Amino acid sequence: MIPVIGLVVGLGLGLWLQPTVPVWLQPYLPIAVVAALDAVVGALRALGEKRFNDRVFVISFISNVIIASAMVFLGDQLGVGSQLSTGVIVVLGIRIFANAAAIRRRIFHA
Amino acid sequence: MPDTESSAADRPASPPGESRLRRWTRPTGMQVVMALLIGSLAFAMTTQIGQDDATDYTSLRGVELVELLKSIDAANERLGTQIDDLTETRDDLLTSSRRSEDAEEEARKRSEQLAILAGSAGAAGPGVAVTIDDPDEAVSANQLLDAVQELRDAGAEAIAVNGTARVVAQTYFLDDEHAVVIGGRKVERPFVIEAIGDPGTMSEAVRFRGGLLDRVANVGGKATVVERDKVTITALADVKGPEYARPRS
Repeated sequence: MIPVIGLVVGLGLGLWLQPTVPVWLQPYLPIAVVAALDAVVGALRALGEKRFNDRVFVISFISNVIIASAMVFLGDQLGVGSQLSTGVIVVLGIRIFANAAAIRRRIFHA
Repeated sequence: MPDTESSAADRPASPPGESRLRRWTRPTGMQVVMALLIGSLAFAMTTQIGQDDATDYTSLRGVELVELLKSIDAANERLGTQIDDLTETRDDLLTSSRRSEDAEEEARKRSEQLAILAGSAGAAGPGVAVTIDDPDEAVSANQLLDAVQELRDAGAEAIAVNGTARVVAQTYFLDDEHAVVIGGRKVERPFVIEAIGDPGTMSEAVRFRGGLLDRVANVGGKATVVERDKVTITALADVKGPEYARPRS
């Protein structure tokens, strides 16, 4: 229940404040969002399979965000920032699709 | 997440029925942390989505920025060339319009000069007035013409007799009964010849020994010359265009 409240509060704050992303954060924010989405979809899948663990969720969420951001940072330092960002997005996208497919199979049995 | 699979075991103490509801409503530390994480995710998403509305170059990579800079440079150069061309055209037009203004001014001046010469415009300026009084009617048209010639020799620029007859190149002098016809206009005695020019030179030209004044005195008349700072001639000559002569280019 409380996470849902958190979701609503976060959405409301974002829509209400319309903040500007600081320049130093701009390359990392999209990647971090996708990584966090991956963690959330994974958590939903685990929830459906009744093996959800909040500790695992919290740790995977945070580590996903940190690792994705670190990869973008490293890529920028190495001069392959755009390619590495694309790579990270592709991998995270594949994982999100796989988890979504698992959820779908569980719900619709198809 | 594959990680989530590792914790398949739920809390063993909670029975499946009412513990499920309790677990989702009880505010544990973990729940709050999860709420924070999900809230921050939602916040970041809405922020990022709102960010996309503003076109910004900060998210572009170096290569893209270089390309952008190159295209802007090229556009800048093209526009600079255009500015140069247009400036040149404008300068040309300005020069030509100034030239035509000069020509117009010149033509206007020339036309004024010619109007004074031809007697189609009035004139004013320093000059002399020569009064010839001859009760015996001894002064003939010839002598008047001589007087006019002498004034012209002395640099008279515009001449009129009695304020009615303008004397120009085509003007003729004829004797008539008790009067003289000048350029078709009858002029009665006494004659007053007004001339615009250098007053000193003109008055000398009529005063010298054997000049106009002496000759008029010889035939029993009386002539006087008065220098004036301002002589105004309003009489106009009848200007008619040349019938036979044509300008030769």
